Amino acid sequence: MAAVENSTKVVLGGTRGGPEVPTLRQDRWRIQPMVTAGILTSFIIYSTWAAFQNRYYYVGASFGRDLISPFYSPCIGGVCVPGAKAGFALNWFRLSPALLILIFPLGFRFTCYYYRRSYYRAFWFSPPACAVADAHGKYSGETRFPLVMQNLHRYFFYAGLVFNTLLTIDAVEAFREPGIGWGVSVGTVVLCVNAVLLWMYSLSCHACRHLLGGHVKSFKAHPIRYRFWKFLTPLNAKHMNLAWASLLFVGFADIYVRLVASGAITDYKIF
Amino acid sequence: MADVTMRIWRGDATGGDFENYTIALNEGEVVLDIIHRIQATDAPDLACRWNCKAGKCGSCSAEINGKPRLMCMTRMDQLPEGPVTVTPMKAFPIIRDLVTDVSFNFEMAKRVPALLPPPMPEGGYRMFQQDVERGQEFRKCIECFLCQDVCHVIRDHEENKKNYAGPRFFIRYAELEMHPLDTNDRRELLKEEMGLGYCNITKCCTEVCPEHIHITDNAIIPLKERVVDADYDPVAWLGRKIRRRTKKTAAEASVQPAP
Repeated sequence: MAAVENSTKVVLGGTRGGPEVPTLRQDRWRIQPMVTAGILTSFIIYSTWAAFQNRYYYVGASFGRDLISPFYSPCIGGVCVPGAKAGFALNWFRLSPALLILIFPLGFRFTCYYYRRSYYRAFWFSPPACAVADAHGKYSGETRFPLVMQNLHRYFFYAGLVFNTLLTIDAVEAFREPGIGWGVSVGTVVLCVNAVLLWMYSLSCHACRHLLGGHVKSFKAHPIRYRFWKFLTPLNAKHMNLAWASLLFVGFADIYVRLVASGAITDYKIF
Repeated sequence: MADVTMRIWRGDATGGDFENYTIALNEGEVVLDIIHRIQATDAPDLACRWNCKAGKCGSCSAEINGKPRLMCMTRMDQLPEGPVTVTPMKAFPIIRDLVTDVSFNFEMAKRVPALLPPPMPEGGYRMFQQDVERGQEFRKCIECFLCQDVCHVIRDHEENKKNYAGPRFFIRYAELEMHPLDTNDRRELLKEEMGLGYCNITKCCTEVCPEHIHITDNAIIPLKERVVDADYDPVAWLGRKIRRRTKKTAAEASVQPAP
């Protein structure tokens, strides 16, 4: 390219100043990657265990409730518990339905710009913290397979919107109390908060902000997209907080439904 | 008035080491004040680059206790107790003491294809406030190059300097790509030559920016999304074909003279 050919070459090498040590930072920079690694590892272990359980994910008519775990919704496998089945089923799939479903939300989170920052630091040490040496001798970033696949983030975002819609329907259905009528229980609140947090996490996504308005060159020429962009920009600034809140709460929602379904706790009615 | 011990890297391309200076500390002083006092008393040959002493010229970049910072904006009373370590920026070759050769950045600046506006319409070019505001954040850059220094892509991998513009220039690319009068398309250049894909979003550039520019969220990620539009999104590609929206490639555009 002309601009590149006309410029002089970048001179590599040259002696750098300072001592040859991984870092001179004196603060407790290890804490953040350790906490991140701890929470993400715990979530991965729990969600894997929960996905293979294939039971206690639905609180149905026998409890006078209609609560389904977000890990198992929509229940489209061939072995769903009675009452949990979605409108259609993949009858040939005999394993836990969570194994089918979790691919999409986990893919969305795995390719999320915020989580990338977190796990590159916490697990890959590339770098573990700012101004701390990268743990790898060679570095190609996200230019090659498999990390070039991070560019598929927007497709997982689209899939995430479908799941958010389904979990919102679940939250609305959680107001149903089979055999009783309608009401609000703690489980209803849990599923509603879960749906709200997931929507906020998705809407604060960088891909969402780009697709709904950020991609245009002129805001003046696209006033509606400009409004979307203006609305999403402050939400985007909270993406990290929403990423953690929605992750922890979706795990909590599964635990809550699991405990109620197994009879360990009672889902108290609020009104 | 308490004393403070400063561990300052002294040396040049042939080698160097830390030297300790114990010096009186006055209330409200910043690291650059101490460096100047050491120059005035103990070490008149201590080299450091500075100019405005107000956080606006971007000259006095260094690493204080291992963190890239402006010496003139780092208050001594906000540093932890104990010796204060001051070293030159690690990503660039040393010239002497705290002064580094930052010419890598000027080479990368030359490679940025200029704004390419359409032919002047009758009445002249017009830009509206909402479009002006969008690029305003990027124009706050004082070119201290702390973001370049902290970026592990070149800090820890010298070989990547050949094909990596770095955060400072990604905000320049973003400003141009978001300019309503620009017809240039730099996406191919960003992907193939400027190493946008090397950035793995660890946000260190944003953390160290003294102007608090949201480099990652507002510049690098939008650029990555634009590259996805161009190269990884078949739906967007089809949309462009149907609407016959054509843009110049970076190769075509880069030969155009700057306005």
